[in-house]
Amino acid sequence: MTAIDVNIEAVEPRGTKPKKVLSNRNIMVYGVLIVAAIYYLIPLYVMIMTSVKGMPEIRMGNIFSPPVEITFEPWVKAWAHACTGLNCDGLSRGFWNSVMITVPSTIISILIASVNGYALANWKFKGANVFFTILIFGAFIPYQVLIYPIVLLLSQIGLYTKLAGLVIVHTVFGMPILTLLFRNYFISLPEELFKAARVDGAAFWGIFIKIMLPMSLPIFVVAIILQVTGIWNDFLFGVIYTKPANYPITVQLNNIVNSVQGVKEYNVNMAATMLTAIVPLVVYFVSGKLFVRGIAAGAVKG
Amino acid sequence: MKCRFLIAAALAASVAVPATATELEVTHWWTSGGEAAAVAEFAKAFNAGGDTWIDGAIAGSGGVARPIIVSRIIGGEPMGATQLNHGRQAEELIEAGLMTDLTDLAVKEGWADFVNPTSLLDACTVDGRIYCAPVNIHSWQWIWLSHAAYEKAGVPVPTNWDEFTASAPALRAVGVVPLAMGQQSWQTSGAFGVLTVALAGPEVWLKVVKDKDVDTVMGPAYTAVFEAFGAARQLSDGADIQDWNQATNMVITGQAGGQIMGDWAQGEFQVANQVAGEDYTCLPGLGVNKIISTGGDAFYFPLVDDADIKAAQLRMASQLMSKEVQVAFNLKKGSLPIRGDVDLSSANDCMKQGLEILASGNILPDGNQHLSPDTNTQLEDLMVEFWNDKSITPAEVQKGYASIIADAD
Amino acid sequence: MEKASRPSQLFRNLSAKFAAIPMVLTALVIFVGCTVWSFVYSFTRSKLLPKPLFTTEDLFSIPMPTWLIKDGSFDVYYITGFVTKSFVGMAQYDRLWSNSRWLTSIENLALYAGFALVFSLVVGFILAAFMDQKIRFENTFRTIYLYPYAMSAIITGLVWQWILNPTFGIEKIVRGWGFENFEFAPLQNPDLVMFGILIAGVWQGTGFIMALMLAGLRGIDEDIWKASRIDGIPMWKTYIKVVIPMMRPVFVTTLVLITAGILKVYDLVVAQTNGGPGLSSQVPAMYVYSYLFTAQNLGQGLAASTMMLLGVLIILIPWTIIEFGGKEKR
Repeated sequence: MTAIDVNIEAVEPRGTKPKKVLSNRNIMVYGVLIVAAIYYLIPLYVMIMTSVKGMPEIRMGNIFSPPVEITFEPWVKAWAHACTGLNCDGLSRGFWNSVMITVPSTIISILIASVNGYALANWKFKGANVFFTILIFGAFIPYQVLIYPIVLLLSQIGLYTKLAGLVIVHTVFGMPILTLLFRNYFISLPEELFKAARVDGAAFWGIFIKIMLPMSLPIFVVAIILQVTGIWNDFLFGVIYTKPANYPITVQLNNIVNSVQGVKEYNVNMAATMLTAIVPLVVYFVSGKLFVRGIAAGAVKG
Repeated sequence: MKCRFLIAAALAASVAVPATATELEVTHWWTSGGEAAAVAEFAKAFNAGGDTWIDGAIAGSGGVARPIIVSRIIGGEPMGATQLNHGRQAEELIEAGLMTDLTDLAVKEGWADFVNPTSLLDACTVDGRIYCAPVNIHSWQWIWLSHAAYEKAGVPVPTNWDEFTASAPALRAVGVVPLAMGQQSWQTSGAFGVLTVALAGPEVWLKVVKDKDVDTVMGPAYTAVFEAFGAARQLSDGADIQDWNQATNMVITGQAGGQIMGDWAQGEFQVANQVAGEDYTCLPGLGVNKIISTGGDAFYFPLVDDADIKAAQLRMASQLMSKEVQVAFNLKKGSLPIRGDVDLSSANDCMKQGLEILASGNILPDGNQHLSPDTNTQLEDLMVEFWNDKSITPAEVQKGYASIIADAD
Repeated sequence: MEKASRPSQLFRNLSAKFAAIPMVLTALVIFVGCTVWSFVYSFTRSKLLPKPLFTTEDLFSIPMPTWLIKDGSFDVYYITGFVTKSFVGMAQYDRLWSNSRWLTSIENLALYAGFALVFSLVVGFILAAFMDQKIRFENTFRTIYLYPYAMSAIITGLVWQWILNPTFGIEKIVRGWGFENFEFAPLQNPDLVMFGILIAGVWQGTGFIMALMLAGLRGIDEDIWKASRIDGIPMWKTYIKVVIPMMRPVFVTTLVLITAGILKVYDLVVAQTNGGPGLSSQVPAMYVYSYLFTAQNLGQGLAASTMMLLGVLIILIPWTIIEFGGKEKR
């Protein structure tokens, strides 16, 4: 599993910056990179352009042309008025639901996993590795195998369709990768610190709070990025473990786009996708390189 | 706009009588324009009675909504009331004791006396107890034809299926798609059922869905239907749509000649201010054999401990069956009321045709009453694959159909 | 390994054990327990609800007269046992593998996985190799290639559905350039629909592969480049002959990660085509969901999910053996 734990320092380019700008080689290199960049940027461009056009313009023009007349009406409608059934309060409800789901799920899953990782790294007990191995293999089990028995388990403890139930599900499915992340990080810390603290008489929780936590801010940031984007973007668990009133934004987005009353309003649909994308995109642009590290670790999550 | 107005109305009603209000979450999959308008009638009536209707609309179709509804009931987190198609969908839930028994209410109000046809109540009955309140009759057996499209093509509006297929080239010539068909699998499967009833006759159809007779599926009558359905596949080329109401919209706007769809399509024409007989024509039984099937929607009330909710459930059940609500709802929905004793003089042409056929007794049970969801899913998969993959021959699909029927439970 | 025999062993390290309770529960109850549950119930005839494995009705007892009459008394003894009516053996699997929707799902997945693997590995590696040429604006390029990965598959599906829409999207534009007969409607064509989904999937995923590859490239010793430059070996040759073989572990890991991810593909297809047209873009995850919840045939859905698990194991086990086999545990 070490191979996927990308070393963040190694991502930095080395050596001096190139001096010659126009050579055949450079033209090819930049040519390829720019063409690829265009492919990656097209959907974002199309989303934004479509979302600020009126429907007549969409029907007449093409999806790549910039809007003749910019309107924010679709955004307002997507946020506040788009309907699923009788509920015409737009994506706003799903947005706040997603906030309500993401915040506690992120906090709880990270708290539990960090303590887990710490116990595995510094306080190995007999059998710990067995559970850890199961956990890592668990990350590869298709969700489809587990969703139904989890429905039964949650209903046994009365948390099915409740927010708390979904938080548990996210905590459980986030655990393998987060535990791995924290365990590897704590192992990489100098052991002398830990030993010195033990000699001073500090115990399990004391060392964790006073020594480990202050040293592990970066890894917590990585974990937060990982969880916030992962949980915000979740669709399957949102569909299965909540009820319509608590649907996260991704589920509501799919509902709004796919429940048609009369004509499809593509501009509203695209505004709605943009609204859904905003949170992960902001996290992404703000966090920069830490994000790379987070997703590299999170790859196991599939 | 309409939606917001309804919410406002709902709010106003709930503010008026706050003291005894019980909140009841109601799940359903009525999300198209006409359907939303109709279900708002239920909400209005329920709120007017002092309770609060919490709308739990689930977008998509029954196929999307049913699992959500069912798994919540199983998961011990039931809603107050829910739409389901009556028939075998709730069978296991009832057997598992998860549904409220409405028998006492039904006896008190004499449902058996006014529910027409009685088969509707039978579909709600398990072991002599009644577990659901039927709210409407929906018939699959219709084709909807666009006057605008036929005007454009310069041919008369067909009066039966044969004329319809004959007129297809003329529609194509002016760029109109002859038959609008959405991508959802229940649409193709349903259309096949309609074609079977029209071409092979109701007795043959019943032999298959009710008696699960495999020989009939392999027999000549069904062979003819599979061939006709296979030939009809190319009629929908060029219609790139997903939902049934998008297909209806193609008929409304004259982009398509016709659509085989149940009478819930009516609500869409109504929302678009179309007039039956002037803007569109409806042919029951595809104009071949005037018949309607008596499927429909029913409300089920999951069993709860809370006495307040229980009382509210019974209040809702009673309201749904009442004359006023039945009329208001069904006029918007385009479906037929479940009671024979209401006045529907304000109904349009198509609904009146339906009422006449209902009165004449030329009726069929709905496929849902005889086929389990498992079998239905397999048939839907088969038919939607057949419709979209033109390399599959009618003979192949006939064999597949027969093997599903042979294994049907 | 220390030999543990002291009586206080169980209570040593108590805080750590306490802290590990969530992990132990997750590992045992969810990952082991639920998997076993699904596996066992895939052999039952469970429909909407799981059928009880054994009930008292399954018990039977048959009176058997003893033909030996001792002391003039007639004795009867009973044979008891049970036949469970819930288990149906391999019936669910037989049905699964003769179901054309499932077979289509498997074909689609194989097609998608094959192309997605090749595309994302090749494109990801090439992009990484170009990014490694000490270029300017590296951060900008990386930001652009990676942002799709931050977005949900639902968004990816919806956006590409819109771009590939023949009425408004690429087809209309190219026709507008004068190519009146140009046809590009992959999502409406059963033969091409998986490629339409592929375009979206590759768009979302390659940036990440690029990042993994780039990290791998940066991990390669600078001296190798110097040596090959001195020997006058062309750069592309160095990549193929030296660098790629050295990056084998990165490739293997990436391969496993992509494949395990692809097997689970669900959201993307739901948003982009919902399995259509017809059944032409069905994937196994949709089949499972449909049978667990819509068709109310639990046994069938669980049989399908067990096959998905088997698929993961087929990839995972050889990888584990290659990566960790024979090596000391860390």
